[in-house]
Amino acid sequence: MKPTRVTNSIRALRFAHGEMKQADLASAIGVTRQTLIAIEQGRYSPSLEVAFRIARVFKVSLEEVFQYPEEETT
Amino acid sequence: MAYEEKQAWALGVIAVVGYAVYVVLVLSRMDGQPLADVPYIGAMLWTIGIGIVAGIVAGISFGIASRNDGLQADERDHEIGRFGDHIGQSFVVIGGVSAMVLAMFEAAHFWIANVLYLCFVLSAVLGSVAKIVAYRRGMQ
Repeated sequence: MKPTRVTNSIRALRFAHGEMKQADLASAIGVTRQTLIAIEQGRYSPSLEVAFRIARVFKVSLEEVFQYPEEETT
Repeated sequence: MAYEEKQAWALGVIAVVGYAVYVVLVLSRMDGQPLADVPYIGAMLWTIGIGIVAGIVAGISFGIASRNDGLQADERDHEIGRFGDHIGQSFVVIGGVSAMVLAMFEAAHFWIANVLYLCFVLSAVLGSVAKIVAYRRGMQ
């Protein structure tokens, strides 16, 4: 089972928002702290719903939170 | 460690320990007679029963220990749970088919009961291992 290729800026966004604690963000988006850690570390790709909730907490667009690498063309 | 990951560890360990105790109990009763003639029903029922109770007690203990952690299971836990159950289920099917084949060939009840028990244990262990790996290494 491969970890996700989706990368994210959650850690940076948390620090930019008053060093928000993982537990507080997890609570705000309705997941456990362990799941938030897994998302931050790229070990879990959250549902769209959770992704939107994260973006809404930071008041940014989805692509400012999550990034996906361009497909390589030959 | 997530509540559900602790549960996966507990169920995997309980399944292995319970089966190991069962095997030791049955082998210690052999006393020179063929394995199929060894009384096994009591040992099997007790180890299954104690395993179920131990699983419930472990779940309650983990729940009490993490009662202040807020949410205990979310979408990731549910996805990993389904993934682990799906993996473990293969052994339930293998056990059922094996028992059916043994019954067709009129094998002793001992072998039919034991192949079913072994496959239930392997199902629980494989399912738990799959969940733990998914928790540790991640899932897409």
